[in-house]
Amino acid sequence: MADIIKAASAGTAEKSDLIVEVEPCEQGVEIELESVVKNQFGAAIEASVRDVLEQCGVKNARVKIADRGALDCVVRARVETAILRGKE
Amino acid sequence: MRDTKLVASIREAIVQSGLKDGMTISFHHHLRNGDYVLNMVMEEIAALGIKDITINATAIFDVHAPLIDHIKNHVVTKLQTDYMAASVGGVISKGIMDTPVEFRTHGGRPNDIAEGRTPIDVAFIAAPISDPMGNCSGKYGKSACGSFGYPLLDAMYAKKVVVITDELVPYPLVDWSVSEVYVDYVVCVDAIGDPNGIVSGTTRITRDPVGLVMAAQAVKVVEYSGLFKDGFSFQTGAGGATLAGAKFLKDLMLEKGVQGSFVMGGITSYLVDMLQSGCFRTLLDGQCFDLKAIESIRTDPRHQEVSIYQYAAPDACSSIVDSLDVVFAGATEIDTDFNVNVHTDSNGSIMGGSGGHSDICAGAKMSVIITPMFRNRLPMIRDHVTCVSTPGKDIDVVVTQGGIAVNPKNVELKERLMAAGLPIVDIFELKEKAERMTGKPQPVPHGDRIVAEVISRNGGIQDHIYNVL
Repeated sequence: MADIIKAASAGTAEKSDLIVEVEPCEQGVEIELESVVKNQFGAAIEASVRDVLEQCGVKNARVKIADRGALDCVVRARVETAILRGKE
Repeated sequence: MRDTKLVASIREAIVQSGLKDGMTISFHHHLRNGDYVLNMVMEEIAALGIKDITINATAIFDVHAPLIDHIKNHVVTKLQTDYMAASVGGVISKGIMDTPVEFRTHGGRPNDIAEGRTPIDVAFIAAPISDPMGNCSGKYGKSACGSFGYPLLDAMYAKKVVVITDELVPYPLVDWSVSEVYVDYVVCVDAIGDPNGIVSGTTRITRDPVGLVMAAQAVKVVEYSGLFKDGFSFQTGAGGATLAGAKFLKDLMLEKGVQGSFVMGGITSYLVDMLQSGCFRTLLDGQCFDLKAIESIRTDPRHQEVSIYQYAAPDACSSIVDSLDVVFAGATEIDTDFNVNVHTDSNGSIMGGSGGHSDICAGAKMSVIITPMFRNRLPMIRDHVTCVSTPGKDIDVVVTQGGIAVNPKNVELKERLMAAGLPIVDIFELKEKAERMTGKPQPVPHGDRIVAEVISRNGGIQDHIYNVL
């Protein structure tokens, strides 16, 4: 249950997918969200990102999302993968 | 005797036509995203200092983005069109015009022109080939576009008609579409368009598995609809899934030995294949989408050019849409009352228009909307569509990858399809099924300024489009 120790990413720039980039952060969680469905699902995506960070025990991270309309299960999987890579 | 109608330049033609502030000009969109003519004409009109022009165009494409500056400079103050691509529509949606855009359908537009409700002062016809008297056609020339269905009516009713061509041949042109009797001026320019943007070399069907599943299901709906028999008539769009539907329908017609009467289009190579395989007696063509379609309309008398007025005008004594059995059409959204949106995206920004959507759905015995349950997380089945482009009363069946919904007014059709074992679901169920996968989208607020009016094919205002925030 360590924090992010290095920059890492997961995902693709395809439609219905997203790119998640994580990097270490001094204090707290900073989320930068870009999404084609931000009006409709921006809050839902951010909530999912925070949820996955918590489940992975990450308290400090900078997370950048470039989303092209991924379903929630995809968002969660990509965020989790990026976190695991950032902890290695 | 009149020697010729040739004038030296577009500017000269505009001056001679007597175009003045406040007048209305028209364009047609056969050159689609390869069109140079609208931009060339507007540039000259702006340079001449003419203001307050209304443009009545069959469609505005992305290539027409320079229009935005002409709007900002008040050269153009009103737009009437059947379709508007996102590059212009997105800016219009921000509320840059004082007067709302008037959206009509492909049937409603020529209807209003013919009835004198939307008079045209000067029509500009982008002609791939013309003679010096203005007999012109879309079938030949380096910028060939095939059928010339759209300008036929504008030529008849506009006070002045300017033909702009890049292939001038001696009088008389063989096999003209627009006749000299309507044409006032002819201008020859270097190029009226970019052939790569006018037609596709080939049109390909989708490889997306979801699209293929929907297309196969839509063809099953046709098979068991009760309409699939000799004399059957059909129209489909050129979108990925609807095009795949045409291919599967061809296979079914050949397998069952059913010979249809006609296909109306928007003609692509797949529909030409159906004609050549004997699936249908004739193709009725308002617009060609690829090179094979152009070759076919040039050489095969069974492939007939039709005016857009005959295609869809509601006040004509009859029009082709009245004789359609089945149509496949798309949607950017559909709601639980079966209303379809094809004008805006889910943020409310203009990115399309009815074209012939409302006309064919109103005319056909069975209209089939093919749409995925969601695109890029946005559920396509909503409580209320952002814009009513085609009213739900004209929609009969919705095919998605998650099931098929039948408009409750079609009791007998629903029974037939259920008896055939098709996965019939209630549209409310379909909506919930989609939202279980996507989540429920937050409503998107819009501004309080009307940026466009959607006029139904019969003339009433059907809906308003508001500015995006």
